[in-house]
Amino acid sequence: MADFIQHLINGLAAGTIYALVALGYTMVYGVLKLINFAHGDVMMVGVYIAYATAKQLGRGAQSSLLGVMLIFLVAMGGCALIGFLIERFAYRPLREKPRLTALITAIGISFALSYGFQLDIGFLPGAAPRAFPEIIRPTEWLVIGDRDVVLWNWQVISVLIAVGLMVSLQYLVFKTRFGRAMRAVSYDHRTAALMGIPVDRIIALTFMLGSALAAGAGILYAIKDTAVQPLMGLYVGLKAFVAAVIGGIGHVPGAVVGGLLLGLVEEFVVGYTASTWRDAVAFGFLIIVLLVRPEGLFGRITAEKV
Amino acid sequence: MSKDALKGPLPVILALPVLALLQVTLQDHDFLIYLTSLVGVNVILAVSLNIVNGMTGQFSIGHAGFMAVGAYSGGKLSLEMKDYALSFLPHVVSDQISFMLAILVGGAAAALCGFIVGLPSLRLKGDYLAIVTLGFGEIIRVIVQNTEAFGRALGLSGIPQSSSLAMILFWVFLTLLVAKRIADSSHGRSLWAIREDEIAAEAMGVNTTGYKVRAFVISAFFAGVAGVLFAHFVPIINPGSFTFVKSMEVVVMIVAGGLGSTTGSVVAAVFLTLLPEGLRSAFSRLDDPSLAQKVDQIRMPIYGLLLVAIMLLRPQGIFGTHEIWDRWKKKPKGAT
Repeated sequence: MADFIQHLINGLAAGTIYALVALGYTMVYGVLKLINFAHGDVMMVGVYIAYATAKQLGRGAQSSLLGVMLIFLVAMGGCALIGFLIERFAYRPLREKPRLTALITAIGISFALSYGFQLDIGFLPGAAPRAFPEIIRPTEWLVIGDRDVVLWNWQVISVLIAVGLMVSLQYLVFKTRFGRAMRAVSYDHRTAALMGIPVDRIIALTFMLGSALAAGAGILYAIKDTAVQPLMGLYVGLKAFVAAVIGGIGHVPGAVVGGLLLGLVEEFVVGYTASTWRDAVAFGFLIIVLLVRPEGLFGRITAEKV
Repeated sequence: MSKDALKGPLPVILALPVLALLQVTLQDHDFLIYLTSLVGVNVILAVSLNIVNGMTGQFSIGHAGFMAVGAYSGGKLSLEMKDYALSFLPHVVSDQISFMLAILVGGAAAALCGFIVGLPSLRLKGDYLAIVTLGFGEIIRVIVQNTEAFGRALGLSGIPQSSSLAMILFWVFLTLLVAKRIADSSHGRSLWAIREDEIAAEAMGVNTTGYKVRAFVISAFFAGVAGVLFAHFVPIINPGSFTFVKSMEVVVMIVAGGLGSTTGSVVAAVFLTLLPEGLRSAFSRLDDPSLAQKVDQIRMPIYGLLLVAIMLLRPQGIFGTHEIWDRWKKKPKGAT
């Protein structure tokens, strides 16, 4: 029983992080109908920005409340900028081309980022994983029995931060003018343009928003993993994509449910078998979902019109 | 015998002495043999992936997974059969027969995997398929890493090095022949139709799922063959040889060569295999050996940027969908 509760806690904590990254995928897919393969790698870059910022702040300042907020802000801002650049120079010129072209470009960017960061030339960090600074000092908040169940402070904090970001996103998408424009673009970008919505700007903003969320999620992931390395984006990104598909890609609450579900499934499978199977769980889950319900849990089947 | 009856086996009969000649001339150049073998394996991979990604327009990025299935099943079989020989035949012949058997088994195992993955996932559209194939490749890698019989992360070593240049080039040749014959056949026309517009193809009565799965199985078969060949000339195979990186390498080859062009796949595969090897051996002669290691590191990000650059500047690749043999094909009457 204690095992079960511990896995539940770990699964939920991991799931919220997947959910945050998945939101970025789902939003970009919503407006562009493009799987932004590079999303996970943008997240990885964000974590490195956070790492560099924390190093600049030094040991004392990095774990103060102000310092942590600064780290988050710098990383999220940096990622928003990177997201903007990628959209402007790689995706926008291809928007009217066949979808395969954009997909190949996205794969190319992902590859360039994740392997570019493995070089040790100039400012690039090199392939070796580095310890992520303890910007939230780990303390045990709740211990049941003889350390049968342990609830760490960072688990609670990261769930709170994730939920906070999701709620504000939900507000942004459904209650604001920008959100309405975004949903209009997602529904039909040509008609949206005719109605006077600046489609290019909305898409760019969506990209920046998704990238910023990814940076936030990436920092939470790095706190959990206590390490940062260039390939983390590839794997976390792919799992988050799986989460987005499970929830029904393009569906915002679906991504959250998918992320939580994936986090739990992964934790339980790994917890009751062996950790070497971790990377296969997400893909196995994906294949099952696509077989049983290809549109995802909350997605709707849309008939393709010619 | 009529003229048509010869048409099928004729290229094979013509090719065999050429292959034998190559085998004899290159006999003493170990590095050249290694290089040519590597080029051959990559050409098989690229041409076979081109059948799915280029001709059919389905984007698979898990080709290394099929290669791994072939390499491991074929390699394991060869390891098991190492001590058995057909005593009534000379040693070399008996070795080559068991090698051939391993190739066929490896290819068949990969084709079976292609069928299992292809049947459900090819009902999905573009991006989803890409992810599923990627996931498949990863699952294969994880399974191999967790199986004692496949040596876990250490891999298999001691596989008999029975690969020969003639055998590899023979399979290169066979792959090319199959790719060309598919492209020229009515089967190939259906694949092209699916590539250009799946809905229209379906409306014209093309069984899209059926054709896609068949293309996938054929492609997987040759990837498996490439894997078996690879396993028999490198000293050791481990899960690290068949990661996402390998799949991407092949994708870059066919995208650069031109999706849908067998000629392009071959040219790009040869070029992109020789370039890093050439740079490495050139740098290793210099005073600073660290440059040679850098070649390997810097290759990957360059591949990524290359993909982006090709898509932005010349999305059809070097050759587009043209083939070198289009030049000497007879033009139909009325065509300009």
